[in-house]
This record gives sequence, C-alpha cells and structure tokens, in this order.
Amino acid sequence: MPRSIQINDKGELVHLLTTEGIPKALMLRILDRAKTFLDPANPKEVVNAPLLDGRSVFNLFFENSTRTRTTFEIAAKRLSADVVNLNVQASSTAKGESLLDTIDNLAAMKADMFVVRHGQSGAPTLIAKHINKVAPHIRVMNAGDGRHAHPTQALLDAFTIRHFKGEFQHLRVAIVGDILHSRVARSNIHALTTLGVPEIRAIGPRTLLPPGLKEMGLQVHTDLIEGLRDVDVVLTLRLQNERMRGAMLPSTEEYFKHYGLTREKLAVAKSDAIVMHPGPMNRGVEIDSAVADGSQSVILSQVTFGIAVRMAVMSMLAEVKH
Amino acid sequence: MASSQRLLSMSASLPRVRVAGGHLVDPANGIDRPMDLWIDDGSLVAITASGERLDGFTPDLEINATGRVICPGLIDLSARLREPGFEYKATLESEMRAAIAGGVTRLACPPDTDPPLDEPGLVEMLKHRARNLIQAHVHPLGALTVGLKGEQITEMAELSEAGCVGFSQGPIPIVNTQVLVRALQYASTFGYPVWFYPMDPWLGRSGVAHSGAVSGRLGLPGVPVAHETIALHTIFELMRTTGAQVHICRLSSAAGVELVRQAKREGLSITADVAVHHLHLIDVDIADFNSNYRVQPPFRGQRDRDALRAGVMDGTIDAICSDHAPVDDDAKQLPFGEAEPGVTALELLLPLTLKWATEIKLPLLEALRRLTINPARVLRRDAGQLSVGGQADICMFDPQDHWTVSSQQLFSQGANTPYLGLELQGRVHAVLVDGRCVFDRARGGFNAESC
Repeated sequence: MPRSIQINDKGELVHLLTTEGIPKALMLRILDRAKTFLDPANPKEVVNAPLLDGRSVFNLFFENSTRTRTTFEIAAKRLSADVVNLNVQASSTAKGESLLDTIDNLAAMKADMFVVRHGQSGAPTLIAKHINKVAPHIRVMNAGDGRHAHPTQALLDAFTIRHFKGEFQHLRVAIVGDILHSRVARSNIHALTTLGVPEIRAIGPRTLLPPGLKEMGLQVHTDLIEGLRDVDVVLTLRLQNERMRGAMLPSTEEYFKHYGLTREKLAVAKSDAIVMHPGPMNRGVEIDSAVADGSQSVILSQVTFGIAVRMAVMSMLAEVKH
Repeated sequence: MASSQRLLSMSASLPRVRVAGGHLVDPANGIDRPMDLWIDDGSLVAITASGERLDGFTPDLEINATGRVICPGLIDLSARLREPGFEYKATLESEMRAAIAGGVTRLACPPDTDPPLDEPGLVEMLKHRARNLIQAHVHPLGALTVGLKGEQITEMAELSEAGCVGFSQGPIPIVNTQVLVRALQYASTFGYPVWFYPMDPWLGRSGVAHSGAVSGRLGLPGVPVAHETIALHTIFELMRTTGAQVHICRLSSAAGVELVRQAKREGLSITADVAVHHLHLIDVDIADFNSNYRVQPPFRGQRDRDALRAGVMDGTIDAICSDHAPVDDDAKQLPFGEAEPGVTALELLLPLTLKWATEIKLPLLEALRRLTINPARVLRRDAGQLSVGGQADICMFDPQDHWTVSSQQLFSQGANTPYLGLELQGRVHAVLVDGRCVFDRARGGFNAESC
C-alpha cells in the first residue's frame, strides 16, 4: 500500500485504510488517544468529547453489519458528530449507479467523513484515491473490506492487549481459525508486527490458511495444541457458515473438535493468557462457551475499547488540515 | 485470399513508393543495415543500398525514413477489437487505428465476442468490416465450441473457409474432457490449429490475482500456478493421442514455461506466446489495488517473470503479443476483484518489447523476430518479412522517441493501462499496408492521401 494514500506529506493520517505501513509512533499515538476517551476511574466507561461538533460522518455499508455500524455510530455521536447511516446496498448501487458515482453524490452532501464497509478487498482504497482527487477534505475510514483489512478492529485488539498485557515486546500471540477469509487477521498481523510483537502464530487447517503467511513473519501451525503452547494472547476468528460449502471444511462438529477453543486446549497457553474474539461469536464452533464466558476472556472489554479506539481515529482524522 | 482481393480492388490507386534513408531490420532475412525500399503495386520490388537509384522507377511518394527503423509490420497474436457485441468498450474503427498506430499490420482476434465467433456469417462480417477500413489484416479465431459453451463443436471447416486461422475457446475453458478430446480430434482431422489458454476450469476460478504472498496479504482470491500447469498437462497428454497442433496462449508462470519447454523437446507440435506486459509486471505491482493491473492470466511473481523472459529468449515462447483488451472506465473503476480484466496494449506492444530488449541488452533484430516472423509462422501466413516480390506491410519507428502514455495519446478507446502517465521509448511514425501509406504521425495520422 503506497503510504501516500492514507498518510500525507507531514506524516499525518488522512484516511485509515489498513494498518499496513502505519508507523509505530503513529499507531501508539492512536492507542494513547483512545485511552483518553476512557473514564480513568472506570475504564469500562467511555466519556463524551465534542471534538467532531458540526461534522458529518456518513456510514456507507455496502455490506450489511448492524453491529459494526453501530459501534462507529456510537463513537461518532460521542464526539458530537452528525451521523448519517446509509445502507448503500439497498439503495443507489442496486439501481445501477456506480460506486464512484455514489461517492461523488455523497461528497456533495457536505460529508466530512466516510466510514466504509465493502465486500470487495480494496474498495475503500479505491474510494480514498478518488476522494484525494475530487474532495480531499473528506476522510475515509475502512470498516472492513473483503478479506483485506479491518484496521479499527486490529487497533482495538492492540489496545486490549496493551491494556491487559502492558507491553508488546515479549508477547506470543496466536491467531486461530479462518485466516484465509479474515480481514481481522490480516490487520492484526500488520498492527502487532509494527507494535513489536516478536512471535505471531497462525493456526488453522490448511484449507483456511492463505499463502504468504511466512513472508509476513508468522509461524504457521496446523495443530491447535502445538500452536497454543505458551502463548500470551489467543485471538479466535469467527468461522462463517458458508465455509461448510465449497469443500473448505467437512462440518462444524469436526472443526470444533480440532480447532474449537476449549478450556482443555487453552490450558497449554500461559496461565494468564487472554482470549479475544472480534465477534459475533459462534459458540460451539470456534469457541466453547466455558472459554467465551470464562475468566481469561476479554471479549466484552474489546467492545468497549472499540468505541474509544474509533473515537481516537475519528478525532485524529478530523484534526488534519487539508 | 482476403489481401489479394484487396490488392485487386485497390491496384488502380496504389502509388509507387520509395522509403529512403532508414535502417532496415528484417529478422527473417537477417538484415540489419541502412537500406531503401522500393514498392510498386503493393509489393516490394527492390531493396537497395541506401541512396542508390533504381532505373526506370519514378516514385509517386517518397518517404523520408531518416533516423527511423524500418521493419516488417508487426504481427499481434491477440487483439480484442470488441466487435461484435462490445461496442461500448471500443469499436472496430478505434481499435484498428490503435493497431496501426502501434505498427501492427496483422492481428489475430479471439472469438470471445458477443455473440462468439461460432458462425461463418459472423466471421465474414468481421472480415468484411475490417477490410473496408483498409488497415491491418485481421485474422479471426473461430470458436472451438458453439457459444464457447464447451458442449458442441463448431463447423470448423465452414469457419475456416470464412477466414478463421485457428480455433479457440478464448479464456473460457472446456469443462468436459470428452468434449475437449473430440474438439482436438476434429480440428486435427483438417489440420486446424487449436489455440488454448491453459486454464483449469475449477482451480482459481474465483481468483483475481496470482496466488502468493501478495494475494495473501491483500486478501485477494488467488489463481494458483496449478491453474495453468494442470491445463498444460491435460493439453499435452491429449496432443499425444490426437496428434493435434496447438498454440498455447498467454503463458504466465515459470512452471508453465518449463512444461512447454519439455513438450517442445519431446517433439509435440506446439507454439506459445506471452503477453508483453507479463515480461515487465509482477503481482507486487498491484499493491494499491489499481485495477489496471487486473489481467488474465494474472501477473505472477518475479521468478515467473524472469522465466517468461528466459522462455522468450530460448525460443520456448515463440511470440510476444499485446493481448490488447480495451475496457471502459465503468468496468475498470471498480474494486480490484470486480473490475474487468484486461489492458489496452496495441500501442504499447512495440515500446514495451523494446524496453525488455534494452533491459536484457538483446539486439533489435532478435527482439523484432518475436513480433514479426515468429508470429507469422504461428498464423501460418507468408508474412512478417520484407522480401523482394513479397507483400509491403511496413512499420517505421523511431527507437529513440520518448513519449508519455496518456488517454489523449492513445488511439484505442480504452485507457486501461498501468503505464498511464509513464514515459516509454520507441514510437511508430509511419505504416504501410499492402504498399499503401495508411499512417503518418507527422502528417495528421490516418489521412492516407497525405502520406
């Protein structure tokens, strides 16, 4: 990803498209900023800050996701922004309007920021490149594109890890499950590598492991027990039901037996290992309820921190002068 | 033959031409020195040392080729002219101009039009329309199966009479191997060559980029190398039993090149080509999802590109083609995976071939061999050379001329090229087809009378 699309000449973030290529210092600044949006007395509470007063944030969801859209909406509202939700899938593009036509039209409606989710890898990049030409004051935030990237999720995961583990420099992190189709996994790999995590492991059956993991610096494991041994962080990925079609996997039962995270398997990790999941969870498929609801699970903290991290990115993007 | 009909109808107005002062490079005849060409009635009547007189020859037209390379008109084994059916992407007129402006005087076009070229009437119409433009010679490839559906073989003999030089599925592989066998058996009955894109019908079917570190990182569905190699194994095995003659279109991988090399060594009757862009670009180049890098087959790794270059050098790959495919903005300005594959390339074929030759220090004569006599042999046409008594299809270019690729500079209706905004070296200045000057860049381009 050419740096110039999301980072300007002064090194400021003008869009957030991917965690790949964001310098460590900038990434840490986002995490630091996010911390300021948590109540110091009670870090489970997000505070309000009117930093986006008078600004309009457009949620453009070309792919449906009520949950993710809501987290961006809450983050924007806590910053006092006006939020416009567009289910683009159902409106203009269905009538034959092209993606960039839609963007041009919305840009003309005094938008300050687009939060984009799209089923195709690279769609927000295409939009940002176009925006840089036609309306450079507008900021683009990627809320998930195809299999490519989900940068705010990775940043909130990094925030969560930092919150519970302190530093990144001595950690072993395991990413378990459908890495092939996972934008969350890719964004986490880039973010955690940048932040200095020395050992990241990818664990899954070969049908769900993409090529190029070793080139990204990962250790690849097909055996869950072996992969989980002595790790500090377990990042479980959601298994989409459609993976049962197309000969990716034989059944959810067999998947759970070999790759589902249970207490017994988690026992080989460090005793203080934390368990994360980007949600929504499939209990009994990639994670057992006893683990999801257990003492090592930090899944609900991730949700809270997600609001703060999205507020941090939005406010930083909004500050940049064009 | 089409060209002779054309000659007859034009002969009254064909001028006597002298092309003087240029440097002739004709790979077929091993010529690489300053020579003048003398043309009468559409044919070359003499090739003389530079500055010599030819008794009794008074040219109607003198073309000053000082500083220019003169070579046989280029022959392109794959250019999509988008007719019939895709006129919104480009028209026959625009793409035939692009061909000539790129120095291409003869081209083959794949059958994946709409409707596909599976009936003689469609082929005759295309040839007729192309002939009326008085530009490049057009050789359609007929559909191997009706509607390219891979079910029923076409009337190959009829299509051949209508002007098809071979039969192809385009980039739509036959799923049913039994149909594939029958198609090869039937084509070989009449000695028709079959042109295959080596593509497994299943592997990588939803892929949009080379399966490797880049597609893995960007989250783009991959096309594995096995997509190509499995198809090659199948084709070669069936060639052994059917005796079919096959041309392999658009090799993309190191493993594919090696399989073709072995098959040639074994003595199978095959030829192969590569798209010129694949000699330069690799998967890493798509890094910001620029859909102008979306091509079929996909750009692969650096080792694959190096192997393709080596394959062209050692003759495993016979010809370099443009694989020209103009795509309109609406189909290209989309997320990478949704964008239509293809690059506009007719006007880049020569400069990109020259760029490759310069990079590996290959003499011009050897580079041009892959654009002239070699593809002529694949087409089985007596063309691609400048011999006395032969056809006067001539390309004149300035190998030093630097130009910047832009939609304004291109005659093609498609501006879909990764080279947009970049500078290339080598530019066609004048083109003769059948002894007629059909293009002169300095004198307003296509106004033939002013040449």
